[in-house]
Amino acid sequence: MTSLFDQFLAFLYAAVLAAVPLLYGTLGEILTQKAGNINLGVEGMMYLGAIAGFAVGYATSSPALVLLAGFLAGALGALLYAFITVTLKANQNVTGLTLTVFGTGVANFIGEQIKTHAPVGTAFMSEGLKAGLTPLRLGALSELPVVGRLLFSHSVLTYLAVLCAILMGLYLNRSRRGLNLRAVGENPAAADAMGVPVALYKYAHILVGGGLSGLGGVYISMVTCLGNWQPNIVAGQGWIAVALVIFAVWRPLRAVLGSLVFGALSVLRLYISKDVVDIPAAIFSMLPFAVTCLVLVISSIRMKPEHCQPGSCGANYFREER
Amino acid sequence: MSKSSPAFHIAQRAELSRGRAAAFRLLAVLFALGAGALFLLALGYQPLAVYGTMISGALGSPGMQKETLKLTIPLALASFGVLLAFKMRFWNIGAEGQIIMGAVGASYFAYFQNGLPQWALLILMAVFGILVGGLWGLIPAWFKTRFGTNETLFTLMLNYIALYFVTFLREGPWREAGGGFAAMPRFPRQARLPEVPFPFVGNLHIGWIVMLIMVALLFVYLKYTKQGYELTVVGENERTARYAGMPVSKIVLRTLFISAGICGLAGMLQVSGSDRQLTDGIGGGRGFQAVSVAWLARLSPIGALAVSFLFAVMQKGFSMMQTEYRIPASMSDILQGIILFCVLGAEFFLSYRLMRRREGLA
Repeated sequence: MTSLFDQFLAFLYAAVLAAVPLLYGTLGEILTQKAGNINLGVEGMMYLGAIAGFAVGYATSSPALVLLAGFLAGALGALLYAFITVTLKANQNVTGLTLTVFGTGVANFIGEQIKTHAPVGTAFMSEGLKAGLTPLRLGALSELPVVGRLLFSHSVLTYLAVLCAILMGLYLNRSRRGLNLRAVGENPAAADAMGVPVALYKYAHILVGGGLSGLGGVYISMVTCLGNWQPNIVAGQGWIAVALVIFAVWRPLRAVLGSLVFGALSVLRLYISKDVVDIPAAIFSMLPFAVTCLVLVISSIRMKPEHCQPGSCGANYFREER
Repeated sequence: MSKSSPAFHIAQRAELSRGRAAAFRLLAVLFALGAGALFLLALGYQPLAVYGTMISGALGSPGMQKETLKLTIPLALASFGVLLAFKMRFWNIGAEGQIIMGAVGASYFAYFQNGLPQWALLILMAVFGILVGGLWGLIPAWFKTRFGTNETLFTLMLNYIALYFVTFLREGPWREAGGGFAAMPRFPRQARLPEVPFPFVGNLHIGWIVMLIMVALLFVYLKYTKQGYELTVVGENERTARYAGMPVSKIVLRTLFISAGICGLAGMLQVSGSDRQLTDGIGGGRGFQAVSVAWLARLSPIGALAVSFLFAVMQKGFSMMQTEYRIPASMSDILQGIILFCVLGAEFFLSYRLMRRREGLA
C-alpha cells in the first residue's frame, strides 16, 4: 500500500517538474495576448532562452546570470516579433511562426557549436551551478513527510514561476496599468482615445512575455535536462503553452492549475501500469491537445466575455485606420 | 507640443502599381539575402559561394530540378488551400493537420483496399484524401459558425492531434508486421502515382499536372464564380455579407471544406507520389510553411505557386549546402527566419510610408 502511495507522490512530483516550463510559456503568452497580440513564437523564444541559459551557464557558472540571460534572450526574440507586428504591422500568425523557426535554428546551431568545441566532446555544467538551479534542500522543511517533497524541494525557478503567476494576476486585475493593458488588448482604439500609449504597452508586455518564455527555456535546459544540451530540446512544449493559455482562460492563476494538469498528463504514461489502463503512448501524447480543444469549445459555448481571447487579438492597430 | 510629436509619422499609401510593388518585393528579398550574407560572413563562410551552392544544388541538374519540383507540389497545393480560407479571414493554420489526415485517408485505400486497378484506386485515394482532409477542416469551421470558437487556436491544436494519430497508427494498427521497428509498410505499386515527363526535367509524378490545374481552377473560382465572390465579401466585411442576405455560415463551411480538402489532396499527392509510404513526417512542417507562403503571395494563387517554388529552391538548396559546406541543418532554419523576417517587415513599406513631420505642423 505504501508503495502505491509513494508512487503517487513520485507522480505528483514529476508532474510539477513537467509543469514549470509550460507555466512560464503560458504566463508569457497570457501577457502577450492581453496586449492584443498572438505570438506563436513561444516555442522559438523558449529555444532562445534555453540556449542562452545553457551558454551563459557553461561560460560563467552563475545561476543569476543564467536566469538573466534566458530572460533577455526570450525578450530579444519577442522584440523582433514586436517590431515586425506592432511597428511594421505584419501578420501576427506568420511572424510568430517565423520566430519559432528562427529560434529553433539559432538554439540548435549554437548548442551544437558549443558541444563540438567543448574540450571533452560535450559541455558539462559546474556542480555549483547545478546546485544553484536544481531542486533545493530547504533543511527541515524538505524533510517533512509528503509536504516536504511536494512543496519544499523544487528548483528556484519553480517558486519563481508561481510567484510570477500571483503577481501577474494582481497586476492584471488590481492595478491601473493592468486595466490599461486589458483595454489595449480588448479595444486599442478606445485605449488610445483614453490616452493610453498603445504601442508602448504592446512592446513592454510582449517583451516581458517573451522573457518569461525564455525562463521556461532555461528551466528545460538547466533543470529538466540537467545542463546537458540536446538537439530539439524544447520539443513542442512551447505549443502546449499556447494551448494552455486557452485552458487557463487567460488567467495567470488558472495557468498554474492548467500547467499542473498538462504536466501530469505528459508524465502520466510513465506512472500508470499497463495492466491497469492500456492506452497507446501516442494517444497519451494527444491528450493535452484534445483537452485543449474541448476547453476551447466549452468556453466559446458558455460565451463569457471574461473567458474569451482579448478582443483585438490577431489584428494590428493602426491609429489612422480607425 | 513638439516634444511629444515624433519626427516621422506614417500614412497609408495609395495602391502601388503592380510593377513598382513587384520591384519593391524583389528589393526586400535582396535585402534579406544581404542580411543572410552578413550572418554567413560573421560565421566565417563565403556568402556568395554558399548562395551559389544553394542555387546550383536546387537547379543545377535535371535530377535536382526534379527534387525541387517534388517539394513544390505539396507546398503549393497546401498554400492554395490556406489562401482560400485566409481570403475569408478564417485563420486556418491547420494545413499541417489537414495534409496529414488527407494522407491518412488516402493511405487507408492503399493499404487495405488495394485490389482495384491502378486508375480506380488512385481516384479513390484522391477522393478520400480530399474528403478526410476536408472534414478535418470542417470541425473547427462548424464550431466557429455555431459558437464563434476561435479558429486559429482550434486548427493549431488539430495539427497535433493529427500528428499523434499517425504515430498511433504507426505504432499500433497499421504497423508493418514483422518489421524490426515500428513503421508502416510501403505502398503497393498500384497505389503509387504514375510519372509523366515534365518539360526539360524528365519524369515527375502527375501531381505537377494536378497542381497546375488547381491554379487555374482556383483563379477562375476566386475571380469569376459566385462562390468566390461570396467568400471574398465575407472576408472583407461579414456584416455586409449578412446584410446582403448571404448565408454566411454556409459560405464559411463550404469554403473551409474546399480549403482543407485541397490540403488533404496535397497530403495524398505527397504520400502517393513522393513518400510512397505513410510516415510521421508526412506533414513535415509544410502546413506551417504554407501559411507563410500564402501570406507572402498576398493570397494570390499564381503568386503562391511562385513563392512555393522559391521555398522549394531554398529547401533543396539548403540541403545541398549542408553536405557541401558541412553547415548544420539548423543553419537553414536561421537563414529562412532571417529572410522571412525581412520580407514580412518590408511589406509595411508597400502599404504605408514614412513622412517627415514639418515644423509647425502636427
